[in-house]
Amino acid sequence: MIELIIPAIISCILAFFVVYFTTPPLIKILVKKNYTVKDMNKKENVMVARPGGISIILGLVVSEIVLYGFFQLNEILALIITTTAAFLIGYVDDRKVMGGWFKPVTLAIAALPIIFLGAYDSDLAFPLFGDVQIPLLYLGLIIFMIPITGNTLLYLGLIIFMIPITGNTINSIDVLNGVASGFMVIASFTLSICLFILQNYEIAIVSLPLGFVSLAFYKYHKIPSKIFPGDSGALTFGAMYGVIAIIGGVEIIAAIALLPAVINSFLFLSSVKRVVEHREIKGKPVEHTDDFKLKATNDKTAPVTLVRLILAGEPLTEKQIGFAIFKLAIFSGILAIISAFMMGVSL
Amino acid sequence: MSGLYGFLFAMWILIIIGGGIMVVLLGPFSIQQYGDFHWIITSGIKVTIALVLVVMWILILSKLKNYIFKKELKF
Repeated sequence: MIELIIPAIISCILAFFVVYFTTPPLIKILVKKNYTVKDMNKKENVMVARPGGISIILGLVVSEIVLYGFFQLNEILALIITTTAAFLIGYVDDRKVMGGWFKPVTLAIAALPIIFLGAYDSDLAFPLFGDVQIPLLYLGLIIFMIPITGNTLLYLGLIIFMIPITGNTINSIDVLNGVASGFMVIASFTLSICLFILQNYEIAIVSLPLGFVSLAFYKYHKIPSKIFPGDSGALTFGAMYGVIAIIGGVEIIAAIALLPAVINSFLFLSSVKRVVEHREIKGKPVEHTDDFKLKATNDKTAPVTLVRLILAGEPLTEKQIGFAIFKLAIFSGILAIISAFMMGVSL
Repeated sequence: MSGLYGFLFAMWILIIIGGGIMVVLLGPFSIQQYGDFHWIITSGIKVTIALVLVVMWILILSKLKNYIFKKELKF
């Protein structure tokens, strides 16, 4: 067991502190180069540095390379390559607004190393009922899993029973200060706990840096944000989460931990009734009150979103909405952990 | 907010039921009388059934959403 504990500690420390120490200079460089965007939910004209994906990918790659030095697993190689590719795709989208096709197509290609390196198991594990082998479907599942967890577009169809519960993205939840990184802290640590429960120790350790990177980035992303992750950061988070789900054989549990984000996409899709990028929607789901709280609009053309439903009762501050989303993430995290325990029970 | 927790829980239950159908019914399903191509045909049928079930799940979720959020969705 000691041979697992030392790599785990080293990689977690590296993951956290690389992001913790590289983000402040990154913010300075981005501000100096005028790579900033307006924070739309602030009364004053606040400009925030973007993208923070650079420090996120640095923390993840450094820690995973160290883990590869200890374990030499193809799974880690696949994770590094796919996550780095997702970062590059997001970075291109940060610099230049690409067409709606760009992210799903390129992220599907980014998932190919998982197949080429054989870093997957063709059994899909369900709580209570056990595994089912879907060999022909599974290549499609791997290819589509990465865009699903790391993209703004919604997907319907292929992914068996994950589809009703997924179709959402880490990117789509990146709507308020600190929400994407805070949500990732909860979801990724939940996934790590589930992998430990399932005694998949090596992949559990491989998954830990994602939580620590998210935690370190949250320090600068939380309200009031000093930096936004951008598409490069959100896609990096989402892609790595998706890869861990695949290489750990915990796709269903990973989807359960993501349920609040899935609900967001489901509500969005079922209200606009077509597959569309968020920026193409004209109606505004929320607006500001005089004291700059957020409130739900009565605009019937605007999509229904998670934030809009949270605001249906009363106007709330950005911070209050963030915490409401985190509470939902914790609730779904508990359901995911219960599901992990149920994996060991057979009806 | 309680509606959102209820919707989350309902989705979780649907996932577990869906898993049961996958493992108990869909997984063991097999056609053997088509020689070397039986695995392609079997997979094709499984994909079709799975997609039909996906659509059914989405419809169930839509109904649930309308029921749970009937007050909030009057935007």
